[in-house]
Amino acid sequence: MDHLRPVPTGQDAPPDPGPDLGDLLARSARGDESAFAELYDATSARAYGLALRVVRNPAHAEEVTQEAYVDAWRQSSSYDAARGSAVGWLLTIVHRKAVDRVRAVEAATRRDAVWHTEAHPVPHDQTAETAHASLEAQRVRSAVTTLTDVQREAVELAYFGGYTHTEVAALLDVPVGTAKTRIRDGLIRLRDSLGVGS
Amino acid sequence: MTDIHQLSGAYALDAVDDDERALFEQHLTECEDCRVEVGGLRETAGLLALMAEAAPPPALRDSVLTGIAQVRPLPPPTSHRPDARRVAAIEGAPSRRRTSTWWTSLLVAAALALVAGVGLSVWRPWAPDEPALSAAERVLQAADAEKVAVDLGEAGRATVVRSRSEDRAVIVTEDMVPAPDGMVYELWFQTPEDDMVPAGLMPPAPDQTMMLDGPAAEATAVGITVEPEGGSPEPTSDPIALFDLSDDA
Repeated sequence: MDHLRPVPTGQDAPPDPGPDLGDLLARSARGDESAFAELYDATSARAYGLALRVVRNPAHAEEVTQEAYVDAWRQSSSYDAARGSAVGWLLTIVHRKAVDRVRAVEAATRRDAVWHTEAHPVPHDQTAETAHASLEAQRVRSAVTTLTDVQREAVELAYFGGYTHTEVAALLDVPVGTAKTRIRDGLIRLRDSLGVGS
Repeated sequence: MTDIHQLSGAYALDAVDDDERALFEQHLTECEDCRVEVGGLRETAGLLALMAEAAPPPALRDSVLTGIAQVRPLPPPTSHRPDARRVAAIEGAPSRRRTSTWWTSLLVAAALALVAGVGLSVWRPWAPDEPALSAAERVLQAADAEKVAVDLGEAGRATVVRSRSEDRAVIVTEDMVPAPDGMVYELWFQTPEDDMVPAGLMPPAPDQTMMLDGPAAEATAVGITVEPEGGSPEPTSDPIALFDLSDDA
């Protein structure tokens, strides 16, 4: 599988490709803590940001991120570059842990579901303003605009909201099958417009 | 479930419940198309995370690096029945405890889904389940797991498993009757000072495995009460079940 890189932008300075994260994971598997520290530095804004978006509570987000990294370290030997990028692998772990956390406090989270249904066009600009707007992030944002509103809403509720597709269906007041399809169609469209190799 | 392939997107985003996950993972052992699709969709999801970037607190770095220093990375999976270890891990912890055989049966369904894959396929999700070994599973499998089961008669059965090393507790219910309309089961930790600290609301499902919210190492007991929907900051009724975790239990 291709490693994910920003598409050429026509600008003179290509983005720094940064360290080879797959290699850092391989070294981590052999117990190289400094390699893992480098991996952390290269990925922690994404990992923590994702955890924070899902669980919302900064203290919980920290715990989730910590657990995810320790798990990634423990399991680093099972990362297989043939199956995807290292950062994608890591974020899958982070996301699963974040979702487990919000489901453990499910009812409380549900009470502020309105937060999400009120979030509109380009999602969550308030965070984007504080995060550094990398070229790749811009590329993702523009890919998101190619989704239909209903697809975007379903994908966001599932990924950032941590809701199951059944809950997404209930939140959007659509049949279960419809929510499931919107999530899948939306993701497939994003995948294709971002040129994610598979 | 009309067409299980349609679940790939929801699965890739963790937008499935435990039953759906087990079902779909079984399907993945048999469906190369879905494996490829899930891989691409997870990768795509990882890119979405770019929209959420946020600088972590600086102390988190130290805390992660301190954390990993205490953990030995697992050896790589070998081609020799790569799934066997996972199955053994899940079956192993409870089956060592011969006295709680019913407990083992709780895990049979999950284990079956895994066993189905052994020998048929060496596929492991590229975000393998092992890293995704949930915090709840880690508690259940912890070497220092303490289990306290309570039989609620016709209302079902519940077991609390607490691991001091994980500082977490998990409750596993079996055939639990739903709370009355407008009410919810709320979980509590009892502190050494005999205060009751809210530990989360149980989703309405008869059979479930749920992690309690908050640190568990110091808890002397876990209780379940019936509370108005949305839960209460402190118990408004006597517990329907109490799981004694004190050292002299």
